[in-house]
Amino acid sequence: MTAPQIAAVPSRGVARIRAAFENARAEGRAAFIPFMTAGYPSAAAFPALADDLLARADVLEVGLPYSDPLGDGPTIQRASEQALADGTSTRGTIELIRELRTRHDTPIVIMTYVNPIYAVGPREFMRLAQEAGVDGLILPDLPPDQDLEIAGLAAEHGLAVTFLIAPTSTPERIKLVAEACTGFVYAVSVTGVTGAREGTALGEVPAMLALARQHTDVPIAVGFGVKDAQTAHEVAMLADGVVVGSAFINAVRDGQDVSALVGRLADGCMR
Amino acid sequence: MTLTLPSYPQPDERGRFGRFGGRYVPETLIPALDSLEAAYREAKTDPTFLGELERLLRDFVGRPSGLYLAERLTEHAGGAKIYLKREDQNYTGAHKINNCLAQALLARRMGKRRVIAETGAGQHGVASATAAALLGLDCVVYMGVEDMRRQELNVFRMRLLGAEVIPVTSGTSTLKDATNEAIRDWVTNVRDTFYILGSVVGPHPYPAMVRDFQSVIGEETKWQLKELEGREVPDVIVACVGGGSNAIGIFAPYAYLPEAQRPRLIGTEAAGEGVETGRHAASVAGGRIGVLHGAMMYLLHDHEGQITPPHSISAGLDYPGIGPEHCLYSETGVAEYVPVTDAQAMEGLQLLTRLEGIIPALESAHAIYHAVQLAPTLSPDQIIVVNLSGRGDKDVAEVMRLLAKAEDAPGNVTGPEVLA
Ligand SMILES: Cc1ncc(COP(=O)(O)O)c(C=O)c1O
Repeated sequence: MTAPQIAAVPSRGVARIRAAFENARAEGRAAFIPFMTAGYPSAAAFPALADDLLARADVLEVGLPYSDPLGDGPTIQRASEQALADGTSTRGTIELIRELRTRHDTPIVIMTYVNPIYAVGPREFMRLAQEAGVDGLILPDLPPDQDLEIAGLAAEHGLAVTFLIAPTSTPERIKLVAEACTGFVYAVSVTGVTGAREGTALGEVPAMLALARQHTDVPIAVGFGVKDAQTAHEVAMLADGVVVGSAFINAVRDGQDVSALVGRLADGCMR
Repeated sequence: MTLTLPSYPQPDERGRFGRFGGRYVPETLIPALDSLEAAYREAKTDPTFLGELERLLRDFVGRPSGLYLAERLTEHAGGAKIYLKREDQNYTGAHKINNCLAQALLARRMGKRRVIAETGAGQHGVASATAAALLGLDCVVYMGVEDMRRQELNVFRMRLLGAEVIPVTSGTSTLKDATNEAIRDWVTNVRDTFYILGSVVGPHPYPAMVRDFQSVIGEETKWQLKELEGREVPDVIVACVGGGSNAIGIFAPYAYLPEAQRPRLIGTEAAGEGVETGRHAASVAGGRIGVLHGAMMYLLHDHEGQITPPHSISAGLDYPGIGPEHCLYSETGVAEYVPVTDAQAMEGLQLLTRLEGIIPALESAHAIYHAVQLAPTLSPDQIIVVNLSGRGDKDVAEVMRLLAKAEDAPGNVTGPEVLA
């Protein structure tokens, strides 16, 4: 009974994500891709916060919190710790997304590390994610040549998979990663972990994007270090999408007006 | 030049020991791991590199370390002869220096001016700081604040050696979190920084490279035992396992022998307050397969994959995972892994101190304890080699505190009574 269903949906997430990028481009924008840790600042407060982000998002990235997020800087790391302390679980995160789906049609992708996926079991995880209406996965500690099972199962369940390229990536690695990405390619703007930085330099980004574009026609989003309208705009002029994470978490933590920040960053994505 | 580095059949070209190991790290690091692997492959057969490493191991570290027949301990245990491989005699006090000097030489060879390290007990940090001072490299060491408290003396030694010690307060404030921070630093500064990883964990090629550098322990044991007993292979080898580098160092040269010739290889894991209490660091006995710090291995984590805080009396064993090669040994029966509790390790420490005048590191005391339990089940013509991975200087303050606490607690008997 399930087999025909699976066969009917293989490219659902990919198609929805591609359409979101297309739509943004048609409107003269880079896709705006905000990130927020599930269950942050609390399980109760997260849905309203996600609504604020979804008001302008082209794709929403939901962080499934992990105890040892070695690709993340202190901001997201602490948000994950707080969300876990507040009881956020893998199934709970998926439930939060299921609930968002009742109000929003925007593509939603999960960003997490491989251990929570292995712990639940890759097949079970993909099944749960598919059922809840998740469109894709971003896995910062999974280079595509490490594990073909996860990408295969994701595809089987209609989920797009995004891997990362970095300024240190060699041309061979960029080719390998770009060819493995189905939803979009995530280009990391700097060598480093996530976090809003002083004076983000995009010096190496154009060359990286040019190389990646030789090997794929999936959209390419740039993230790490985008913190205000100006950096968002600089990235929007280079890439198909702009990912912003730590800046929102900092704003929530400091009690700033998140909606206003969302508006400024989304406007920054205009070309 | 006579030093050679071994070539073992594991891992495969993808860095896997069976299903364990691999490279689960941010893409940013993959090119660095590739070039490290290439540089190591080259250095491994380069007479200049090997000559320099051999000279330092001999003249700076003081190798070979002794293989010492512990007569009074043997007599006390009653059974097999107990030999101690004296890594505690190494300069800086533990086996860690073997690997640090080798990696620091590799760093210099690769033109990296800055090295970083993580440390639990502080021994790897001290060894890294020492190697950096010797070779004129900048050194940054990440250490959990809980471990900084337990190992105050080593913190001071690192600073005296010119290293910057960065306190880590995230997570459990111990070795796993220090390792996360070191990896974050490396991701950020990968172009000019060399990460000196302290155990047989982390992404490929670290588990293989650290093993090769530590194999000197087992290689020496072979010829020393031949001289002393007329045979290279003992009946049993016991070594403590945190990440597992001292254990792999003495196991690996024997582990790939045909089964009939292989000694029993036993790793002692830190059982803390007991595996059943959940307060332990025994990843084989109490863990399940998972991924941490770039490798697939046995791991302490909950059903959702969140890492559960390990516990051990010894900071050096207080790690939620165990190197991928040990996981393969365990799965294939090449080695056994047995849990030893905090209290048993304290007993082992006091026993060795009183009987042999050797104060072992709390880590090594786990292996001592188990060897003493095992000896009476064997015959006097059989031989157990215990890898005495380090000396106890770093632990005496903590041991003093623990013993004072135990004396205060009514009904708790420690000290001379255990020797009765
Ligand atoms: C003396 C001693 N033994 C053992 C260890 C544990 O490390 P490994 O399991 O890598 O040998 C340490 C770590 O700090 C140590 O200092």
